[in-house]
Amino acid sequence: MRLHFEKRKSLSIGALFLVPAISFLASLLLTGLLLVAFGADPMATYAAMLKGAFGSGRAFTETLVKAVPLMLTGLGVGLAFKLRFWNIGAEGQLVVAGVAASWVALFWNSWMPPFLLLPAALLVGCMAGALWAGIPALLKTSLKVDETLVTLMLNYVAILFAESLYYGPWRDPKGFGFPGSAPFPDSVLLPHIAGRAHIGLYFAIALALILWFLINRTRWGFELKIIGSSHKAARYQGISVERKILAAILLSGALCGLAGATEVTGISHRLQQGLSVGYGYTAIIVAWMSQLNPLAVVPVSILMAGLLVGGDQVQMKMGLPAAMSLVMQGMILFPMLAGSLFTEFRIRRAGKAAKDAQTMAPGGAA
Amino acid sequence: MKKTLFAVMIVLLALAVALPVAAQKAAPFKVAFIYIGPPGDLGWTYEHDRARKAVAADLGDKVKLDFIENVPEGPDAERIIRQYAQDGYNMIFATSFGYMDPMFNVAKEFPKVYFEHCSGYKTAPNMATYFGWIEEPRYLSGIIAGKMSKANKIGYVAAFPIPEVVRGINWFTLGVRSVNPKATVNVVWTNTWYDPVKEREAAVALLDSGVDIIAQHQDTTEPQKAAKERGKLSIGYDSDMGKIVGDTVLTSPVWNWSVYYKQTIQAAMAGTWKSHGYWEGMKAGVVQLGTISPKVPKDVAGLVDAASKKILAGTLNVFAGPIKDQSGAVKVPAGTTISVDDRAGMDWFVEGVVGKVK
Repeated sequence: MRLHFEKRKSLSIGALFLVPAISFLASLLLTGLLLVAFGADPMATYAAMLKGAFGSGRAFTETLVKAVPLMLTGLGVGLAFKLRFWNIGAEGQLVVAGVAASWVALFWNSWMPPFLLLPAALLVGCMAGALWAGIPALLKTSLKVDETLVTLMLNYVAILFAESLYYGPWRDPKGFGFPGSAPFPDSVLLPHIAGRAHIGLYFAIALALILWFLINRTRWGFELKIIGSSHKAARYQGISVERKILAAILLSGALCGLAGATEVTGISHRLQQGLSVGYGYTAIIVAWMSQLNPLAVVPVSILMAGLLVGGDQVQMKMGLPAAMSLVMQGMILFPMLAGSLFTEFRIRRAGKAAKDAQTMAPGGAA
Repeated sequence: MKKTLFAVMIVLLALAVALPVAAQKAAPFKVAFIYIGPPGDLGWTYEHDRARKAVAADLGDKVKLDFIENVPEGPDAERIIRQYAQDGYNMIFATSFGYMDPMFNVAKEFPKVYFEHCSGYKTAPNMATYFGWIEEPRYLSGIIAGKMSKANKIGYVAAFPIPEVVRGINWFTLGVRSVNPKATVNVVWTNTWYDPVKEREAAVALLDSGVDIIAQHQDTTEPQKAAKERGKLSIGYDSDMGKIVGDTVLTSPVWNWSVYYKQTIQAAMAGTWKSHGYWEGMKAGVVQLGTISPKVPKDVAGLVDAASKKILAGTLNVFAGPIKDQSGAVKVPAGTTISVDDRAGMDWFVEGVVGKVK
């Protein structure tokens, strides 16, 4: 028996709610078995994780600290994926933007009025992220070079470039030789909302709304959707596919760049280790879990961030090894992603699907 | 899926808020240790954790000593430290240099929590710093390396060019040159505390360049294993690495943190704790020289034993001049001693070191 995956044309309410719910329960069950195997009480562990991520104001602000870069990179990655442009270079775009914003923060304050320093750092960060994404976009649109490899490889280039700066010429002369740039001047620090959560959160939410509007309510967004489903169809419509892709990927890179710029100005306040902790890769999961919907990116990022922050508790409260929290994160995400397969597709036997296709059965609702 | 996630989120939030606060019994004094690597590194973190267990065994159920491993130096460390403080821990130990600024930030917010940072220089009314004069056993281990090197070329796998590591290299070299003025100590920086692969690669590169003994300032035993595989000797660090790797490890300058941890935790419990900069040597017992390998000839072991006794008796001060820098210029004249401040900020190598601090 061969199985055939058929894209659902419309989503049944049952599938929309039931599948994720079952996936989530399956995740908890799987992880629970693992916890029992390690001699930990699963319910106590989940309770500790939940409390660690959302259980107090302070915990929640720490979750938001991680949610902001996930939102911004998730939006950027999601936009690129809409066009079937596989930008897995969000990490590199984030890091390059962090470097660019640090450059402004460290070296522009000698001549720039202080009140302009922060906007300049964020803007230059976005531009750096856009340029970094622009390289694979240009290679793709002009020479048809595969973007997956180029974006991935540029991550390593970006990370090593950043390291060479804070281990080398940008190393803080007063830092006793420890790697990391000098601290930024106060005028370039991003204002905080509560705890360490900074106003990057407002940027991220506003950008999610704007992006949603652009994609769903404008001609530009409509054209992107056509490009995403078929380049050929888009060309028939008279859409200049290459230019549209290039512009959208620049925007995608700028969003990832803003994540890096807000990280250095809002959290680390210097360029140092810990800028690249994998937000750009987690963003890929965020984008898929959000079904590439910008509005969904916001809650999904908060959930993912909660999983990361709550994961600390696995060690702190339950005394399990550090690797356990990573394993748990994987085990929680895997059924969620697998579940999304069932909401998007229905699985039929190959013979039946072919017969239906012949008779042009209208609709696909289950 | 999006809607469901919203719903799940709301339920989760509600659950979290409704979670009952665990009833508090006669609360033990809660202490947390923050580790850069896992206790299984058999080196730096292993020693801190060994001390944690020793103190726990000593003080019984009056204290609760927890730890978290693999915490990166950077923004994540600040969250972890804050989390412990917020969770009602009375005292927090951060056991890596890069935790200094994160801990300093959190200490300001929790004036009633005792903060202790290992190997740094920033203190606050509720934040102390602590370390030991590992340079004393480093110097002793240098005597063995200097006597045992046939190539007169010793390799040193080093983490970061910060004063702590620079001092270790310098006093090891001073020990080497006290018995073998022709020998050099060749430094390779790894720019990481804990990275078994990088540590090993650096040791292999040094061995390829012709050194016949590997010394190190890292968190794991990998440089020692690399030397052993090449049939070469090594000097360990942190823990008594000879017991783990074998007798190719001639000796190791080792930490004995329980001496310090016990006294400072007890002071905090008694309410007599005051902010301080603890910095003691072999006499206090916080540092010592590990087991000497049977491969070390009796006369060399005797030499080390004699020097060790002199340090304990106070008749040998390894910090006394004359000490020359790499250019041969006298930096610490004979009859004087390098000050604690100059040691704390040390950014130059002594004569005999091959390598650059910056």
